[in-house]
Amino acid sequence: MAFTAFSSSTAVVEPVAQRKSPIALFLLLPGIFYLILFFVTPLISLVITSLQEPDPLIFGEFQNAFNWQNYVDVLEAYWQQAVRSAGYAALATLFALLIGFPLAYFIGITLRPYPLLQALALVLVIAPFFISFLLRTLAWKQIFSTEGPLSGILSSLGVLGPGEAITGTAFSVVFGLTYNFIPFMTLPIYATLERFDLRLIEAGNDLYGSPATTFRTVTLPLSAAGVMSGTLLTFIPAAGDYINASREFLGSADTTMIGNVIETNFLVLQNFPAAAALSLVLMAFILILVSLYVKRSGTEELL
Amino acid sequence: MRGFGKYAIWVYSAMAFVFLLIPIVYTIVFSFNDARRTNIIWRGFTLDNWLNVCDAQMVCQAFGNSVLIGVVSTALATTLGTMIAIALVRYRFRFRNTVTLLIFLPMTTPEVVLGAGLAAQFLQAGVPKGLGTIILAHTLFCLSFVVVTVRARVASLDPALEEAGRDLYGNPRQVFWRITFPMLLPGIVAAALLSFALSFDDFIITNFNRGAEVTFPSFVYTAAARGIPAEANVIASGVFFLAIILVLASQFSAAARRRRLAKQG
Repeated sequence: MAFTAFSSSTAVVEPVAQRKSPIALFLLLPGIFYLILFFVTPLISLVITSLQEPDPLIFGEFQNAFNWQNYVDVLEAYWQQAVRSAGYAALATLFALLIGFPLAYFIGITLRPYPLLQALALVLVIAPFFISFLLRTLAWKQIFSTEGPLSGILSSLGVLGPGEAITGTAFSVVFGLTYNFIPFMTLPIYATLERFDLRLIEAGNDLYGSPATTFRTVTLPLSAAGVMSGTLLTFIPAAGDYINASREFLGSADTTMIGNVIETNFLVLQNFPAAAALSLVLMAFILILVSLYVKRSGTEELL
Repeated sequence: MRGFGKYAIWVYSAMAFVFLLIPIVYTIVFSFNDARRTNIIWRGFTLDNWLNVCDAQMVCQAFGNSVLIGVVSTALATTLGTMIAIALVRYRFRFRNTVTLLIFLPMTTPEVVLGAGLAAQFLQAGVPKGLGTIILAHTLFCLSFVVVTVRARVASLDPALEEAGRDLYGNPRQVFWRITFPMLLPGIVAAALLSFALSFDDFIITNFNRGAEVTFPSFVYTAAARGIPAEANVIASGVFFLAIILVLASQFSAAARRRRLAKQG
């Protein structure tokens, strides 16, 4: 339900009489075959690659093996980056929630009497999707740069010491991640609040609940599904992102995340087993997280 | 206190909107910068970048590649995804949970993992990287989003309409093309637009599977180290204006329709 927030949130899924027919097979097979070929087998390829060992004869080549040591090695070498990724992603998710929830509440409930304003506000939330993700992130870099408007102000206030910069810090990376994923947080929450029955708030008031109590005991629990999928949709891409933390964008050598390590090992160092092992560690971590979520709401509900 | 709370959310949201728009406005404004070599400091207004977009080496070629990849992978993903969506809503079959999981998982897999996995597979299979591998990769990550989008539309369709078609002696093909498909079309169009947008702006998965090919995002990434030409801002701004016009038109027509329906009670 929640992922549909990206498109049309008008549909209410109702049980339809389902038939058994060979047509189903014809409809499913091509797509399922595609997913097996380009999603399942790549994961198997990653497992095989992650267990390879260096070829003793040809330098830079690898041969298939069961070299479990790769996992120990990458975790020893990169545990800091892994922990940092989880930390940055968690912070960005929290900030995105702090900005996205009130925004979703405003669009879904405050603006409900004004359909045209509501439509315009929704367009503003999805507007960032239509302009290059990389250029938006670079725009922040330039706004934060030493020649930019903010550095001067912060230096004269004494917040920034001489020679210090805003970019390349944990702050700027978490800032960039937060900015980039606000729409992913806002839209699913909006989708649940849009259908929220306002009479429930009235009922809360009638029962002498203060606005805060009504919000805590009525509105918040009823928007939990949106908050859950918004959190997933923000945390997962943020944990694997390597644009914001990259040196050319908002990061520096001190802010390297697990995505940067995977990219460097795969594309630059060509140490494929290390990159594959790290990818699978990241995937396992995300899967554990997702399965905890799915346990609470079920896959059909998430779709 | 309550009155204050009412204003507070307007002010807070207005600030959030400004925050969301700052980098967009920045990108558009700097497409008019008389930048010469590096587009970092404002050097005065010019229309040159807009009039001679293709002067900057590679920008237009990268843009063309991105459009080509977007169109082909959108067509593939929309076809495969729509078929799955119809099957999921209308038919009973074994392994339904496995199929649902198979569609759900790619959306919850971080892009680096999808990218590295496909790259590892192409490497092992000895497939050279290029436009073809980018298209295969994009079709994969768009597919799940198409299924989810179209599924919502199929589920909101009244099956009685198709029954009526069959009662009037329409054969299955006629019922599909004259009733089901036209009614699904808004969902399919929405899915295709989403799919194109995802493909057009993807960098991470592309970067693992592009070989020497250059897409618009990968051009921007590579150029970031030595300064982005203003022409890149021009292309991004142009795409932005086009998309916004499309979305505004559809949103306002939908809102107007809702209002008309509300008036009729």
